[in-house]
Amino acid sequence: MPGFGLTMGYTLFYLSVIVLIPLAGLFLRVLGMTWSEFWGMAMSPRAMAAYRLTFGASFVAAVINVVFGTLTAWVLVRYSFPGKRFLDALVDFPFALPTAVAGLTLSSLFAPNGWLGQVLVPMGIHVAYTPLGVTLALTFIGLPFVVRTLQPVLEQLERETEEAAATLGAGRLRTFVSVVAPTLFPAALTGFALAFARAIGEYGSVIFISSGRQFESEIAPMVIVIRLDEFNTNGALAIAVVMLVASFTMLGVINVLERWVSRYQH
Amino acid sequence: MAGNTPRRVRESHRKSQRGAEETPLVKWLLVGTAGLFLLVFLLLPLVNVFAQALGKGLGAYFKALEHPDTLSSIRLTLLTAAICVPLNVVFGVCAAWAVAKFEFRGKALLITLIDLPFSVSPVVAGLVYVVVFGLQGYLGPWLADRDLQVIFAVPGIVLATLFVTFPFVARELIPVMQATGTDQEQAAMTLGASGWQTFWRVTLPSVKWGLLYGVILCNARAMGEFGAVSVVSGHITGLTDTMPLRVEKLYISYDSTGAFAVASLLALLALVTLVAKTWLEWRQERQFEAAQHVETSTSRDEGTGPT
Amino acid sequence: MSIQLKSISKSFGDTVAVERVEFTVAEGELVALLGPSGGGKTTVLRMIAGLEMPTSGDILIRGQRVNDLPVQRRNIGFVFQNYALFKTMSVADNIAFGLKIKKWKRSEIASRVAELVELFGLQGLERRYPHQLSGGQRQRVAIARSLAPKPSVLLLDEPFGAVDAKIRQDLREWLVRLHHELNVTTVFVTHDQEEAMEVANRIVIFSKGRLEQIGSPREVYEQPANEFVARFIGVMNVLDCVVKNGQARAGELAFPVSGAANGTQMRIGFRPYAVAVSTDLTLHPHRARLLHTYFLGILLRVEFELPSGLVVRGRMTKEEYGMLGLEDGREVSLHIKNYRVLARDDAPLGSEMAAPVATPPHIAENI
Repeated sequence: MPGFGLTMGYTLFYLSVIVLIPLAGLFLRVLGMTWSEFWGMAMSPRAMAAYRLTFGASFVAAVINVVFGTLTAWVLVRYSFPGKRFLDALVDFPFALPTAVAGLTLSSLFAPNGWLGQVLVPMGIHVAYTPLGVTLALTFIGLPFVVRTLQPVLEQLERETEEAAATLGAGRLRTFVSVVAPTLFPAALTGFALAFARAIGEYGSVIFISSGRQFESEIAPMVIVIRLDEFNTNGALAIAVVMLVASFTMLGVINVLERWVSRYQH
Repeated sequence: MAGNTPRRVRESHRKSQRGAEETPLVKWLLVGTAGLFLLVFLLLPLVNVFAQALGKGLGAYFKALEHPDTLSSIRLTLLTAAICVPLNVVFGVCAAWAVAKFEFRGKALLITLIDLPFSVSPVVAGLVYVVVFGLQGYLGPWLADRDLQVIFAVPGIVLATLFVTFPFVARELIPVMQATGTDQEQAAMTLGASGWQTFWRVTLPSVKWGLLYGVILCNARAMGEFGAVSVVSGHITGLTDTMPLRVEKLYISYDSTGAFAVASLLALLALVTLVAKTWLEWRQERQFEAAQHVETSTSRDEGTGPT
Repeated sequence: MSIQLKSISKSFGDTVAVERVEFTVAEGELVALLGPSGGGKTTVLRMIAGLEMPTSGDILIRGQRVNDLPVQRRNIGFVFQNYALFKTMSVADNIAFGLKIKKWKRSEIASRVAELVELFGLQGLERRYPHQLSGGQRQRVAIARSLAPKPSVLLLDEPFGAVDAKIRQDLREWLVRLHHELNVTTVFVTHDQEEAMEVANRIVIFSKGRLEQIGSPREVYEQPANEFVARFIGVMNVLDCVVKNGQARAGELAFPVSGAANGTQMRIGFRPYAVAVSTDLTLHPHRARLLHTYFLGILLRVEFELPSGLVVRGRMTKEEYGMLGLEDGREVSLHIKNYRVLARDDAPLGSEMAAPVATPPHIAENI
């Protein structure tokens, strides 16, 4: 096969120019800071509050996604019903919709005069401009990851193992808990990790639905942007490094999980 | 007579008479819950975009879209996509060729590095370019001396978009090229085709749908990117606002109809992307089934139908 | 009576998979459901288990009508073709699963699992997971798991289908021994007639969703109920003949048949063992050439070509072959000792007929 030198060379060149060198530049710049300078900016009370919301809301969003994502994947794989193809395509919608539009329409839906806000606000449920809204936006963007991770695993499940459980006396619920759920667990965890990883870096949808008030509904990427607006590049970098380390840790976790998913395949 | 009736069994019939599955009540409860969730959580926001955009009538809608600053943001978005998609296609094809057709050490690492931009927050991606090209950055002073502007200008927007859309084409093409293997290329070469001829006439046609899939996803992200572009754009109205940034600016200035009008164009883009994606998947599924059918019909018809 | 099927039918949409099937299985029997794929035998097995609901008819297990009894409460053991072991559970947990469902005491579960592990020769594998086992081991775990809760009947779907040919023979013998020891009523599905003949006490033969014959291996071989059974069980030569002067003729072969008008078309069948062969070309009425010899083991299959091009399959032992000094291309004389008139698939068969020992014509001429 010809072309290895050319394609490999270009791949490495382009990868270096667009991704690796700029990223290295970022880390190099951080290495130029003193430890206390870095730590002070990375762990300032405002940053800490932002991390708490970012990771907390992302975690809750990913948990919600695992629950509804598993349900959705199960229904789409196991049952036939009118409109199934449409719902299946709809699952990818958050993936295709620009995040700014997602944030705009969600905040409008849950605003006091919005379609859902009209009902929820009088009941005392405030979604728009609150941490709840942030969680909602992060749930919205993460859903496809869980569904699309679980679907192929569910499709490959042998129906016979469930029938075997039935012949041994297990009811459907017991079969699901004892036989199906343990097989799905690694995939569900992978979906969780993917949704979580996507949520912690999210910015576009959140700024529309968050009040942006510090210590209340401000997420870490918003703090980075504010530091940049203040021309405090180092301050932005310190928080960015924390976010990058978190992202790369998640990437490692996801890799390990994906190997675990294929553990019982033989 | 059983032999005269069609052998093929429709799955739905078979399932409804099975002894080991959920009762219809449980089934419809689950379908209902999932359906309601998807409709409220995914469809309602979509409908809301168009309802809000058209709420004040078609006239107001088109008037909002005809605003010069909006038109300029549409132009900038199209320009950005027109630059980023081809560049990432060239890269994607090269990377897929190198990864799928050859064995080398560090392949797993290379694939991880190609996927890396997916796990970087868009805001951080923008920040990376600020650090390199910004006034306080490595190349900032050098660029300023020569009156070249990258950050707060179109080149920065293109670079940030390139970063976030970097893996899309490569990631779709690699598995497709791996699946097609090297047999066809080797056959073409034994017939005297040059490397380029083989690529254009054999490889590209066999991966064109995977490539198209990657292009569609790459384009959707390139046009819709917010975070990374927001950091490097500088938000200069009429100059460095892309459509998503224009949505934000109109929203902040309480021009709801304007914001939703621009958003509706982006939502249309998402719908087109979804339709194209579904169509491509459906195509691939059918091709796969056709291939399977050929395989099974050449062997004996064992295992088909209920036994 | 352990299992009783009364006029069972099953349709999947427009497809009739099983049509008015009736048979009974006595306590402690080992019965094979035999037929080509698509014959409906697996569907019947799944209906006995309760994994599939019959469209009409009744199923009784130990005299109790179980149509409305869900699979969980039928007290059957089912072994799936691909074994369907629980991937996330160890061998011991797989075997213990049914006992935990039935809420056995912990100590009783432990002793039952230990008992089965020993019975099935799985010692040392208790902590292994299914993907760490060989095909034969997986099958034994699957059977042990299904037997653990002491089911009243054991149902197996193509139990030897997923293992390679060499192990298959051992497994057949092992299943017969196991059945002998446990004496649990057992029904298994197979498409391999040899397997059914070797393992089962009785064979139920299906084709296209309908029951063709029930009988012991010997009965179905020697007294096939119809052409389908005759052709499906063992090897049979089948010739398309036309009646002329009270004889069904095909090529130079002629078979006396009574009461058939000239020009009637019929099929004549005969088993390979009915072909008598001699190297003495004057001994038997028909000359033929040995076309090909297949060495299958102790028995050989031989194909003879008659001058008209008709090919007849015969069978002989290695010793006979050696004594006759046969080899491919050798001229022989042959004679069909027994034959049978085969009618259409669903019509009953006539009994086997012995051919009159005709004097070879050329000898008569000499006299």
